[in-house]
Amino acid sequence: MATFKFELVSPERLVLSTEVDQVDLPGVDGDFGVLANHSPFLTTLRAGVVTVRTGSDTTRIFIRGGFADVSPTGLTVLAEKAVPVADLKADQIAAEIRNAEEDVTDAKTPDARQRAEQKLAQLRDVADALRAA
Amino acid sequence: MPSLKDLKNRIASVKATQKITKAMQMVAAAKLRRAQEAAEAARPFADRMAEVLGNLAAGSVGRDDAPRLMIGTGRTQVHLLVVCTAERGLCGGFNSQIVRLAREHINRLLAEGKEVKILTVGKKGADALRRDHGGRIIERIELRGIKTLNYEVAAGVQQKVLDMFEAGQFDVCTLFYSRFRSVIAQIPTAKQIVPFEVDATAGSATAGALYDYEPGEPEILEELLPRAIAVQIFTALLENAASEQGARMSAMDNATRNAGDMINKLSLQYNRSRQAMITKELIEIISGAEAL
Repeated sequence: MATFKFELVSPERLVLSTEVDQVDLPGVDGDFGVLANHSPFLTTLRAGVVTVRTGSDTTRIFIRGGFADVSPTGLTVLAEKAVPVADLKADQIAAEIRNAEEDVTDAKTPDARQRAEQKLAQLRDVADALRAA
Repeated sequence: MPSLKDLKNRIASVKATQKITKAMQMVAAAKLRRAQEAAEAARPFADRMAEVLGNLAAGSVGRDDAPRLMIGTGRTQVHLLVVCTAERGLCGGFNSQIVRLAREHINRLLAEGKEVKILTVGKKGADALRRDHGGRIIERIELRGIKTLNYEVAAGVQQKVLDMFEAGQFDVCTLFYSRFRSVIAQIPTAKQIVPFEVDATAGSATAGALYDYEPGEPEILEELLPRAIAVQIFTALLENAASEQGARMSAMDNATRNAGDMINKLSLQYNRSRQAMITKELIEIISGAEAL
């Protein structure tokens, strides 16, 4: 299978930079997969899990929102926060959810509130999905 | 002429000072390395961000519906200055350099009849600006309790700036920090973050490729710009941290050397006066013996 270059960067460091077969991403308008030679594509991501497949290996990484930039040279994901699912503790997610709940109550404008609520819903989805897995 | 005892005390005290400056220098060197690594590690994200923004903005520059963060409010009356300094002193001219640049900027703006508001990050900047422009400082953020400088800190600052922008409290925002060139050279820098200046040339060579956008170009830009500002602030804070340690290291190196020179001078003086005293006593004994 053809591989392509995948880079996952968080503000603090370059998390991952490898050749991969396939990456599944949580886009705002739905999940999508990227294979080699994908057409150029730029989207925002919601909080969720990125699945990276290389050969028979699968790595799952939790991200908290960000952007995916599919260019002819490869895929770049800019994540605000990225933690491998294996290292992710249940209380970490819980803390994120608590944070998001606070954001909802703190939100001053209806617009901000809506955004915060969206974020909270996404995080709850992730928590459910992870518990199920 | 100080007595022998005084000189001895002096030497002991300078030696103690030298020990402290030496220790501070070594601590700064260790912290510098860590700060540099952190700055280094943050670079890919900033570069990628600039690239994506470059790609994206090339299409929307000059359009009327471009986000306000990019085109601004259309006025330049009220300026917000975000002055990032260190939390502590004893780092040579680091803090005063940044403050001097900010002060020049403020004076120029005031001379042009603009309104100036100041937000300080780090205690030293607030202390230095309080005397002349105390009334203009609208908020100070202290970094005292923060052990490692992470993205959340920068996001917090960014949130404050954006809230104020949304509320229409300023038109132009400029960030002041010190760029890290090397241990001996830190360059105080002013960078405008609102309206956000997109480097359209930062886009990769693939900028010509036809991109698909999801949800849509303006929406993505709307999401991307605040983050880009946060990244700018984050980069500035990291550079500042590295600069601070670098400046402290060279300042403490100088101090240690000066203390060494001083000890040499004082020891020479001490030995001379000790010898002079011995000679004097001998002469007294000899002339006493001769008189008999």
